[in-house]
Amino acid sequence: MSAILNPVVVLGGLGLLFGVLLSIASKVFAVYVDPKVEEILNALPGANCGACGFPGCAGLAGALADGKAPTNACTIGGQKVANHVAEILGVNAATFDKKVAVVLCQGDCDKAKDKYKYHGIKDCRIQTTLAGGQKECSYGCVGCGSCFDVCEFNAIRMINGIAVVNAENCTACNKCVEICPKNIIELVPYESHAVVKCMSKDPGKLVRSYCSVGCIGCQICVKNCPTDAFSFENNLARINYDKCINCMVCVEKCPTNAIDNTSIISEEFAKRFAS
Amino acid sequence: MSLFAIMISSILVNNYVFARFLGICPFLGVSNKMETATGMGIAVTFVTTLASVITYIIQHAILNNLGLQYLQTIVFILVIASLVQFVELALKKISPGLYSAMGVYLPLITTNCMVLGVAILNIQEGFNLIQTTTNAVGASLGFFLALVLIAALREKMDIADIPESLAGFPITLIAAGLMSIAFAGFAGLV
Repeated sequence: MSAILNPVVVLGGLGLLFGVLLSIASKVFAVYVDPKVEEILNALPGANCGACGFPGCAGLAGALADGKAPTNACTIGGQKVANHVAEILGVNAATFDKKVAVVLCQGDCDKAKDKYKYHGIKDCRIQTTLAGGQKECSYGCVGCGSCFDVCEFNAIRMINGIAVVNAENCTACNKCVEICPKNIIELVPYESHAVVKCMSKDPGKLVRSYCSVGCIGCQICVKNCPTDAFSFENNLARINYDKCINCMVCVEKCPTNAIDNTSIISEEFAKRFAS
Repeated sequence: MSLFAIMISSILVNNYVFARFLGICPFLGVSNKMETATGMGIAVTFVTTLASVITYIIQHAILNNLGLQYLQTIVFILVIASLVQFVELALKKISPGLYSAMGVYLPLITTNCMVLGVAILNIQEGFNLIQTTTNAVGASLGFFLALVLIAALREKMDIADIPESLAGFPITLIAAGLMSIAFAGFAGLV
């Protein structure tokens, strides 16, 4: 009998002893945790993408509870999460201006010339190290799809040699912006549809020689814009999205169609995202 | 064996990481920054020393008397787990920064085989209480030393130009292997 009883008593007794000691210790070392932190953490998407600039969702939850972050800090959660967080904190929700990533290049295989054929590892960062990539334009999308690989939200497709972002899937997590070696992916407001899709700082004549949809620096958009939303620098037109009213005058006037209306979706685009 | 010999043996000659290959998980897991490495070293030192003393007392006062030596492993694990829980509670209160920096590796001290290894080897070697304490302190200092050495190397390697395929854990493992060979040079010292 004691052969069974002894181990049970010894093990049970020790377990009980340590349990009691630990419960005393937990009272002595009790740390007050704001219950709001837990609640906010549950309201956040939990993707731990880091787009808010805090170390993961837990980091943002802590900052939100301390009032150190705006309620719309979570870029992928959108207005819904902002409202929910504001509700928990008992403050008014900040309006959430949704942004989406846009690839500022339209020079696909038909429109832009190549200077050589790249047959290496399928990674834009590697291709760029070889004389700046296979495209003759040293500013354009090299089309190896590093942004596609890094996108966790299924928002990027490679269509005819360039990356295209689907605004509906994009959560503005900034990952593609960071990985692009050409720095041609930009976050623009979701509501702004006129975008200068070119980053070439080359003079117009040179741009014309290698790409049919590049910005040639004619400044027609600058002259025609009713709200002075355009700025012109280094042979390249840029739109100030705060001033843009989506009148689409620039899109119509642009002689090379370098300014694109992002709300118009091509058949190829729709097909690729449907599949 | 004199206490000094035990100490030198457990720190250098039979270093628990480099010679016995125990406690490799935290050795690789929390050695990327000097600060967390030091914190982990202190936490492990505390747990190992205390666990060795308590397990020694339990072994000789309870298990040997009742002929329950076969319960050794489970009882020792119970002691270690409780101590780790205690350290976790204390650390959360005393140093929240260190607590979050150590993350999952803190509760994983429970399964750090070095802690259990030291406790069991103490019994197997037939040490008395003072020798046990010495060996435990030595073992944890040896672990501390290994952790700090590799952390210092890794901080340097972070900024060094390392081939991409080797960057990160591969080069760390190579460095750890070389350090282990270097520590083999202490063999025969005691």
